[in-house]
Amino acid sequence: MNESTDADKVRELKQFAGRIRQETVKEISAFGTGHVGGSLSIADLLAVLYGQEMNIKPEDPQWADRDWFVLSKGHCAPALYATLALRGYFPMDWLNTLNRNGTNLPSHADRLKVPGVDVTAGSLGQGASVAVGVALGLKMDGRDNKVYLVIGDGESQEGQIWEMALFAAQHRLGNLIAFIDYNGLQLDGYCKDICSLGDATAKFEAFGWQVVDVPDGNDVPSILQALETVRSKAQKADDRPSMIVLHTVKGLGWSEIAGTPKSHSTSINEQQRDQALAEIQTMMNAA
Amino acid sequence: MIEHTLENEKQEMRQAFCQCLLDLAADEERLVLLDADLMSAMGTKPFQEAYPERTVDCGIQEANMIGTAVGLSLTGKIPFAHTFASFMSRRALDQIFISGAYSKANVKLIGSDPGITAKTNGGTHMSFEDMGIMRGIPTMTVLEATDITMLKWIMGWMARTYGMQYMRLVRKQCVKIYRDGTDFQIGKAVQVMNQFDAQATIIASGVCVAESIKAARTLSDEGIGVRILDMFTWKPLDNQAVIDAAKQTGAIVTAENHNVNTGLGAAVSEAVASSCPVPIEFIGVHDRFGQVGDQDYLAQQYGMTAKDIVEAVRKVVDRKRLYLHR
Repeated sequence: MNESTDADKVRELKQFAGRIRQETVKEISAFGTGHVGGSLSIADLLAVLYGQEMNIKPEDPQWADRDWFVLSKGHCAPALYATLALRGYFPMDWLNTLNRNGTNLPSHADRLKVPGVDVTAGSLGQGASVAVGVALGLKMDGRDNKVYLVIGDGESQEGQIWEMALFAAQHRLGNLIAFIDYNGLQLDGYCKDICSLGDATAKFEAFGWQVVDVPDGNDVPSILQALETVRSKAQKADDRPSMIVLHTVKGLGWSEIAGTPKSHSTSINEQQRDQALAEIQTMMNAA
Repeated sequence: MIEHTLENEKQEMRQAFCQCLLDLAADEERLVLLDADLMSAMGTKPFQEAYPERTVDCGIQEANMIGTAVGLSLTGKIPFAHTFASFMSRRALDQIFISGAYSKANVKLIGSDPGITAKTNGGTHMSFEDMGIMRGIPTMTVLEATDITMLKWIMGWMARTYGMQYMRLVRKQCVKIYRDGTDFQIGKAVQVMNQFDAQATIIASGVCVAESIKAARTLSDEGIGVRILDMFTWKPLDNQAVIDAAKQTGAIVTAENHNVNTGLGAAVSEAVASSCPVPIEFIGVHDRFGQVGDQDYLAQQYGMTAKDIVEAVRKVVDRKRLYLHR
């Protein structure tokens, strides 16, 4: 790829991230309330994964050669649903049914209801272990599929994350590429005031992972660069699992809540929705 | 009716468990075994030697073991995951519930050392609630292997049947009840005995089946005939067999190596109460914790001996007479 196509690709992925943010805001405001903050903080990552990185076939969600995606912080499913709908896994109008009676799009990611959701998650820590099991199963079969896993910094307070971290390193799961959405916030406030994760990079390195620290985890080129680093390590037959630490802003795109404890789960009225959509559009225009 | 020998099995249950895994794995390449650092205790090292690439000793991490097993099942593997019944049910419950059952995975959960058979591991390791916990999980199949013949049948069924299933089994010595090769059916109790003019039905499970057969011999000498059902299939429960027992014998004794309030006693009571109310007596643990001891001592402590069952039958038959003459 030359520089101009690189730039085009970045611009395209940034637009995709903006669309994910906008659809997430609309989706949650259609219901009235939801986990908007943690959904917005992973929009750029989802754009990179579903816009470029992952080997997928939206028309065949169960395609045997696909890469797997596990959103262990399952309450941020609204952003994943927006991404999947934009990629054509299911009709866009499903997004208006989030959490409504009888919906296919429940609050937490559900593999039985949503085309494209590989693993059900919602009880924190659990998706990570399932992702590791999938990675191990694929490795046992000698397959090349990769498993992309997203955990939260708050979620990393769960002991199961560290069971998983030991296990993935022990079993040399080089096909596992994980991300921490390190937005510094959890339901009750700032993680550092409650039960701090601290230096995630040092911790995962100590657990035997290859770690890439991304200071601006909402920056598309930085995420692409981190994935490139992981790939080049993998090419050197380094079969350690990978952790990309994304320092993100919870609620990015909607200034009223961004980076504040209020962003975790909040109501959105029409006026707030329009304000957020306009702000996101400004971000997209500037990209 | 079923032949019963009441002799100690020649093998320990864990040896049979491992042999059965080896036999199944030979024909089913998707079968994998997971454990949480209890392979030596469970006697499954020969499986690891035969199939190292299909063995995952996770270390001491039950929660991650269940998640990993679920992930393996999503890639098409057929995972058997073992730990002690106490850890399987109490320690990994949320993982079994959400990662497993709620998301319709395919994991065979094996809980060993149930109830008093945990012996000197004592109260921390003594599960009197595992079956009740599992029974509360929607779609979960909940089974207790009575002897090696049944163990083999259940494991074959698990390997070929998609879904979340829990089986508890004694790890060491066990009494042989069934002729080799006996066929069983999920949701169908085994009628172990049905004496002429049975005045009560003993609905038993696990180690209590052998005790019930011993009790029937004593009762027979007193002129009290009984029916014995081995309700190894706690969920789905054989409701029809329970209703038939209530209607035809008019009195029931449940006998389990488990807490009565969430266990077989509760399950049978639900079936009886909704169809044909009759007097029931409950052999099992009544809201108590485990403790260290040998199995005979513990059986006496918790009132699970043949003698206790004899007394329960006498009592329930008396209650039936009072009830009828009211």
